[in-house]
Amino acid sequence: MSATEPSGPTRQVPVLAPDHDPAPAWRRVLAQAAFEVRALVRNGEQLLLTLVLPVLVLVVLGRTDLLGLGEDRLAVVTPGVLALAVMSTGLTSQAISTAFDRRAGVLRLLATTPLGRGGLVAGKVVAVLVVEVGQVLVIGGVAVALGWRPAQLAGSMLSLVLGTWAFVALGLLLAGTMRAEAVLGAANLLWILLLVGGGIVAPADRLPGPLAVLAPLLPSGALGDALRATLGGHGLPIGALVVLTVWAVGVSALVARTFRWS
Amino acid sequence: MSVVASTLVVRYGRHEALAGIDLTMPRGRLTALLGPNGAGKTTFVECIVGLRTPTEGRIEVLGRAPDDPALRTRVGVMLQDGGLPLAAPAGQVLAHVAAMHARPRDRGELVERLGLGALLRRPVRRLSGGERQRLALATALVGRPQVLLLDEPTAGLDPQARVAVRDLVRELRDEGTTILLTTHRTEEAAELADQVVVLDAGRVRAAGSPAELVGQDRGLRILLDRDPGAYREELEHLLRVPVVASSRLLEVRGAPSPALLHKVTGWARDNDVRILELAAGHRSLEDVVLALTGRELR
Repeated sequence: MSATEPSGPTRQVPVLAPDHDPAPAWRRVLAQAAFEVRALVRNGEQLLLTLVLPVLVLVVLGRTDLLGLGEDRLAVVTPGVLALAVMSTGLTSQAISTAFDRRAGVLRLLATTPLGRGGLVAGKVVAVLVVEVGQVLVIGGVAVALGWRPAQLAGSMLSLVLGTWAFVALGLLLAGTMRAEAVLGAANLLWILLLVGGGIVAPADRLPGPLAVLAPLLPSGALGDALRATLGGHGLPIGALVVLTVWAVGVSALVARTFRWS
Repeated sequence: MSVVASTLVVRYGRHEALAGIDLTMPRGRLTALLGPNGAGKTTFVECIVGLRTPTEGRIEVLGRAPDDPALRTRVGVMLQDGGLPLAAPAGQVLAHVAAMHARPRDRGELVERLGLGALLRRPVRRLSGGERQRLALATALVGRPQVLLLDEPTAGLDPQARVAVRDLVRELRDEGTTILLTTHRTEEAAELADQVVVLDAGRVRAAGSPAELVGQDRGLRILLDRDPGAYREELEHLLRVPVVASSRLLEVRGAPSPALLHKVTGWARDNDVRILELAAGHRSLEDVVLALTGRELR
């Protein structure tokens, strides 16, 4: 049996109403980014992870010589802590918030609005970049107060953008394939593992055994190395940038194939 | 037609959620989709908004494919799980969805109609189920949709909110919005719908106006003080029409003429059976849905 109405001369022609334009794309993406940033600011745990903990690591490693880096340790520690902040925002924070939004059906609902799936991802990326600007200002400010003097800023932008891309892609890979509770555990565990052995704050040559070889090939180690090189005035670290690009492109392709919106 | 689905099939692995649906939603009319849990109602809604890709068949919304970006400003949807961000304040959620449209509906008016004024600063996770339903309805309406999809919009609402939502839905239909309403409340469908579609196990079991559907089943419904199962054959022989007996309910499938009534009441008198309720004429829409989809729990 069917519910089909008869067709024929009386059948109405479907018409798209003319006055139903979406808001301009840039306004939709900015609105989504602002919504995401406000969500992050409201969430105390995420603030702790993205700002408080990196600043704490900076102060402890900047004021003491736990890693045995000598007098010039701020030149090594500060870029590492900036890389840690990028990882916290792009990977851990995004993975957790996206996974819980996915579980609550938020991604499905937003996909049906004029924002669409593309706008949602763009909004998330802009939100991460906005938060990172705040992180750079706070962490950079504390580091300067401790005595850090960056040699060069411009080259570090490329490293930051590539690192953000790679970590956001990794965050979405977790969020789009695992249960929200599993993502919560996995993203936090990954944060600790990469902080301790991923070459992000402590350079790879300070890590024991095989980790010294493995860390530069991880996005954490590559971003740490890239920022240490550019902010220290040692030129563009081509190897580290290639590693970041491979991770960013490769994981993005995986996300495109595996991400589940509900 | 605002929505046209032709032999629509959706499979999840071996399970067939929609098994070849043909369904049209006329422009400016309200179509109610009725059926038990798992009938395929939500899957059909998801197909219309492009959240689910049909395995086979075709679906057009306002003459476009469901994933056409032009539809996102013209189709409003209230999903069954709400999809509201739990940590955000209610007012911020509504403002956010409104910001996606160039000319959204006046939020103040929506807030007033749906009684959301006192809730705007409250995070979604602290709203009751009914309050979340009202907020979800507001987000579905804020873009002034041409096609409105409401998946169980009155579930969890108190009677006052239910009346307010029904009034609003009726008003939108009268203004020319094409509406799909999935619901378990048959009285709601009977009251609001121009067209009722009964879905079960992914198939359309019946379709038509509420009057047409209930008109297909005429007869007597009699509630007795005991199970009439033992008398069924005797009654069929006496009345010469089909008789269905279940629990304490007797359904006599024949035109409710005075002669039939006389025979039934005579039988009750002779057998010392008390008649607790007797309804003659058209059955309710709920009876029709139960007759079509069975009484087993899903």
